[in-house]
Amino acid sequence: MAVNAPTVSPERTGETGAAPAGRARPPVRSRPPARARPGDSPVWRRIRRTVGYLVLVGFALIFIYPFVLSVVTSFKSLPDIAADPVTPWAGPRGWTLDGIRGLQRGSIRIPLWLLNSVVVTVCVVLGRLVLCSLAGYALARMRFFGRTAVFALVVAVLAVPAIVLAIPRFIIMKELGILNTYAGLILPLMFDAFGIFLMKQFFEQLPAELEEAAAIDGASTVQVFWRVMLPIAAPGLIALTILSTQGTWNEFLHPLIAAPGDPDLRTLPVGLALLRGAFGEAQPWNTILAGAMITTVPMAVIFFVFQRYFVQGVAASALKD
Amino acid sequence: MPVGSTVRRIRARRRGRRPGVLAGERAFGWLFTLPALVGLMVFLVAPILVTAWLSFRKWNGIVSPFESTPVGLDNYRELLTEPGVRRGDFAKALRNNLYYVLGVVPAQTTLAFVLAVIVNQRFLRGRGFFRTAYYFPSITSSIAVALMFTFLFQVNGLINKLLPGRAVNWLDNANGLIHLGLRAVGVRDAPAWLAEPEVMDLSLWEWLSGPSVTMFAIMTLAVWTTTGTMMLIFLAGLQSINPSVEEAARVDGASAVQRFWRITVPLMKPIIFFVVTLGVIGTWQVFDQIFAISFGGPQKTTLTPAFLIYTQLFQNSQGGIAAAIAVMVLAIIVAFTLVQRRLTREER
Repeated sequence: MAVNAPTVSPERTGETGAAPAGRARPPVRSRPPARARPGDSPVWRRIRRTVGYLVLVGFALIFIYPFVLSVVTSFKSLPDIAADPVTPWAGPRGWTLDGIRGLQRGSIRIPLWLLNSVVVTVCVVLGRLVLCSLAGYALARMRFFGRTAVFALVVAVLAVPAIVLAIPRFIIMKELGILNTYAGLILPLMFDAFGIFLMKQFFEQLPAELEEAAAIDGASTVQVFWRVMLPIAAPGLIALTILSTQGTWNEFLHPLIAAPGDPDLRTLPVGLALLRGAFGEAQPWNTILAGAMITTVPMAVIFFVFQRYFVQGVAASALKD
Repeated sequence: MPVGSTVRRIRARRRGRRPGVLAGERAFGWLFTLPALVGLMVFLVAPILVTAWLSFRKWNGIVSPFESTPVGLDNYRELLTEPGVRRGDFAKALRNNLYYVLGVVPAQTTLAFVLAVIVNQRFLRGRGFFRTAYYFPSITSSIAVALMFTFLFQVNGLINKLLPGRAVNWLDNANGLIHLGLRAVGVRDAPAWLAEPEVMDLSLWEWLSGPSVTMFAIMTLAVWTTTGTMMLIFLAGLQSINPSVEEAARVDGASAVQRFWRITVPLMKPIIFFVVTLGVIGTWQVFDQIFAISFGGPQKTTLTPAFLIYTQLFQNSQGGIAAAIAVMVLAIIVAFTLVQRRLTREER
């Protein structure tokens, strides 16, 4: 992306620009007239800024309002929702926990599915941390026969869509006898090409001197990895944890095919997707949306706490090309 | 092990490590990689080969696949050349997904790019907030989001309240958008030259229906969910552009519009290609939303190849057919990716 540009002292835009004295207009943001272009005059700039904010706020509403409405609707009564599904406030019948109570009723077992989601996510993430950091470290730092081939395989596998793998995964789980078991829900998701890729990229950025020094001090390879490299790779491990948690928690296709015969093994997304069918015509929207929000809130919390790791993960996915 | 002294000692050393420093590197290389490799082989590589193999066999999805019978190209023939329901369904799935890709990819790419450019403006405050707000839908469960949208798109839901005019039945509406557009200008029935000729059991008129109203609702959902991710990728790209380039153009007298089209867009081309590829790959696999919202209906207008794979295997016990569709979906995605690679390389 290198573009040869003449070096100019960059003139800061707007904000601090000194205004010529004695103008009637507010002095901020005016520029020397020689530079004023149709797109850059103070008036235009103000219009652009206002329009910019309007667009940004408008889209913020579009992206966030559905969540607000869903949270509020979870605590409304069904007749109120039917009469007014739009206002984010309780209707004449006031607030109610009916929706929440509906989460455990008949064939709906959201608490159990929530627990399944937690168990599956924790196991998958722990497994990925071990497998991806080991493989990523070896691929980044060890010279061994077949290394290039292994890495090429990892990259090739990255591109294969999950839906293509669905049928044979089903077969393999069946042959291994792990259909409708926790092992079936967990094991296949533990092997993640993107995680290996991410950790390899990460280990490559760490200074090589550390390993050399440790090795000269007599550390074994396992010690170098475990005591020296893994601790300084913590940011990479956190990024992997966050991305894997999000991916596994939201995963739908795999748990759908891995436990087709056992409602007790549903994860939240699977349970929710099959929820609507269970009700027929009259949809208890407070319960359905409460279920959706229970799925959303844990990710929201993680997202707000670890935002920058999400951003890193997206940047890494862009880098891989 | 004295890690502290080790860390202190490293400062003086040069960068770049000689191979062979780690004890038993060759053996440990394999030892460290092997667990992951075995898993990748069993759950990712083997499945691809099994899919290819199954696509030439008849398998009901219940007995062991080793008891399936070889049928040569029959599965592909049934899907592509032999008249019948199966080919008709596959044609509908291809049509629906094609409109889905054509609608979602340009919309999400353009919207994400525009939002990234605006969020990247230096004179705006609260950029962090907006970035967070836009990205938030991308991290939530596709199923949770699908349920939320089902609620919003109900006949008396928020969307209809916001739109002027008669309430639209979004979620059970098989009318194609192009057909509706034509109806609005007075073309009610297919002209003979469109109604007669059929391609894969679907008349040209049917091919040209456009996405159904229900599919359109699912498309808006897709744009709403993925735009945030695409915007973050664009933002990373925009921030890698050297600000002095824009300054120079500004000093040389380029207007904001000129700067956008002549500098920002050309410099971002590789990233635009990347985002389009990501979009195409993602949109050819649409499954979750279809499953949760419409289950392929109404009148098969939201059937997609990915959804057909699922129903053929788990509802119709047609494992071979499902595998053949999977192979074709993979071919479509690989083809798009290769074209993108080629175009990106030419740009560079």
